[in-house]
Amino acid sequence: MLKIEARAQPSKHWAYFSPILAVVLTLITGAILFSSLGQNPVEALYIFFISPIEDWYGISELLVKCIPILLCAYGLSLCYRASVWNIGAEGQLLMGGLIGSAMALQFVHSDSIWAMPLTLLAGILGGAAWAGIAAFLKLKMNSNEILVTIMLNYIALNLLVWAVHGPLKDPQGFNFPESALFAQSTILPVLFEGTRLHLGLVFVLLALAIIWVFVSKTFIGFQIRVLGMDKAAAKMAGFSQNKLSALVLLVCGGLAGLAGASEVSGPIGQLVPSISPGYGYAAIIVAFLGRLHPLGITLAGLLMALIFMGGEMAQISLALPSAITGIFQGLILFYLLSSDVLIRYRIKIKLPPINSVKKRVYPTQTEAQ
Amino acid sequence: MDIDLITNILYAAIRTGTPLLLVALGEMICEKSGVLNLGQEGMMLLGAVAGFIAVYHTDSFMLGFVIAALSGVLASLIFAFVALNLNATQVATGLALTIFGTGLSAFIGSDYEGKTIEALPTIGFEILQNIPLIGKALFAQDAMVYFSWFMVIGCYIFFRAHRAGLAVRAAGENPDVGSNLGLPVMKIRYLAVMFGGAMAGLAGGYLSIAYTPLWTENMTAGKGWIALALVVFASWRIERVMLGAYLFGFASIMHLFAQGLGISISSNLLAILPYAATLIVLVVLSRNSEKLKLFEPVALGKPWHKTR
Repeated sequence: MLKIEARAQPSKHWAYFSPILAVVLTLITGAILFSSLGQNPVEALYIFFISPIEDWYGISELLVKCIPILLCAYGLSLCYRASVWNIGAEGQLLMGGLIGSAMALQFVHSDSIWAMPLTLLAGILGGAAWAGIAAFLKLKMNSNEILVTIMLNYIALNLLVWAVHGPLKDPQGFNFPESALFAQSTILPVLFEGTRLHLGLVFVLLALAIIWVFVSKTFIGFQIRVLGMDKAAAKMAGFSQNKLSALVLLVCGGLAGLAGASEVSGPIGQLVPSISPGYGYAAIIVAFLGRLHPLGITLAGLLMALIFMGGEMAQISLALPSAITGIFQGLILFYLLSSDVLIRYRIKIKLPPINSVKKRVYPTQTEAQ
Repeated sequence: MDIDLITNILYAAIRTGTPLLLVALGEMICEKSGVLNLGQEGMMLLGAVAGFIAVYHTDSFMLGFVIAALSGVLASLIFAFVALNLNATQVATGLALTIFGTGLSAFIGSDYEGKTIEALPTIGFEILQNIPLIGKALFAQDAMVYFSWFMVIGCYIFFRAHRAGLAVRAAGENPDVGSNLGLPVMKIRYLAVMFGGAMAGLAGGYLSIAYTPLWTENMTAGKGWIALALVVFASWRIERVMLGAYLFGFASIMHLFAQGLGISISSNLLAILPYAATLIVLVVLSRNSEKLKLFEPVALGKPWHKTR
């Protein structure tokens, strides 16, 4: 029999090892999955996880993919640190893309230097406003933020689809659900010739540094950490839970909005209905897998971007549906949550004694009579 | 606005509300036992794809629904093991189940994308279905709609008149006391989670076999999440779950209503309605937190394991 027993102190070692264990378990399950699909597991894992990044171009594509994921995940980590269950990065990203595009389309025939900054700013504000709705409903109306942010995701998606079919559709686009192509002045500059790696990477590095300093060195960051660890203590210390919750939601929304705006004005270059293959949801996994720490998140985000690329690769080279990405994402989160049990509990294997003799129950005097 | 339109809208509202009713009923029982499973969306999708494939190959509706329910149960067992045995956060585990189910269903169903089957036939009752307005809505539905009513009555009796219903509530209100009284809390919670899985699987199966008899990736479009809101809306009461499901069903088919009245709004904007309605209902209900706390199972979502 397996039994779990609470540890006196949460294990520090396992806090670091459990994400690694989760990744290893996911790879093993992946190998089993591939071989049950009639593939050579070693070869399939190689195609999925190594072949996308074999050359420099592959690595640059990996970085392109991880830009939106990381921007969302840094923001989400702040929310989760303050125990605000924001599931809405996806919707915030979509709104950032939508509002950013609406701004970018004002500059279609212009080479103003303001085109790009204003597009990004509009994206940030769009995402932050979308998160602001969730913050308002949570803090003033006391609604459950999980359900609110999920609903806002679906609303944002439908708004985006409506916009590309309606007001933002390219008038010269033969009725395709796409916006006009953005002007060159709006497009984020490419960092290295011959790749698609754009300025967004700089935003990621800035966000990494700022969030890291913010969480570990500033007083507000400290308040957020205390709030997440012990609500009562935060209240006793006089930290305002409402203000902190609103702050983390707005920052997360702004970062996700920036991610959306960087996607439409970066690799995509116009507004299309499918600007995100679920980056906002993947970022939730990334935040947890990275232990809510900026550095851990960065590593986890690279892995997640690799899983996205591996899914595409599996479709091309192994003729498997690219939805395999979702399976790996779900597996990795399941395994992480399962491995996390080792932080607070230790597993004890209890074997029944070999000659287990049932205790005899002798009748008591009163019963015997 | 003629009588035919209203008759058809009532009929469609009940059909649209049925998958919501099924999944919300399962989730409510699950929550009554103290377990918050946010994986409804994932289990629904798995049920939808498995049920669809079964009917596609065998043409047996019965088998399709059995397989849909079983795949929901299987998925819920993964959740139960991680959340109940390993004491992981229930919120995150449910999210994992939804992500996993979305991916797995799209993977399994990629060969069936866009294929159609013959829909579950309706069963009409001779004279009754000709009653004006409500006849078609109540007496000319398919078997799963009648089944959902049967489940509503069954659950109602289970909680009102059966000892086991009390045991489920005890597990959700205070597992420690329940356990000390000798109730097998873990077993109760497992069964409740499995029941929720079966109902979610059936709800998904209803979508792909009866409602729109085809499979497309992500076809549940957030119905599992709406059902979660529905349980809060219903303040964990069965009769209100039923009412709420049909109200949401109505909100989802507002575009028919608008077309009937000759209003032209973009269908993409109208698609927002059910989600917006969910938001509004959530806000209106949860403004009074004291009242909400009165109905919520006390131990909902809190990890628990037997200490002695």
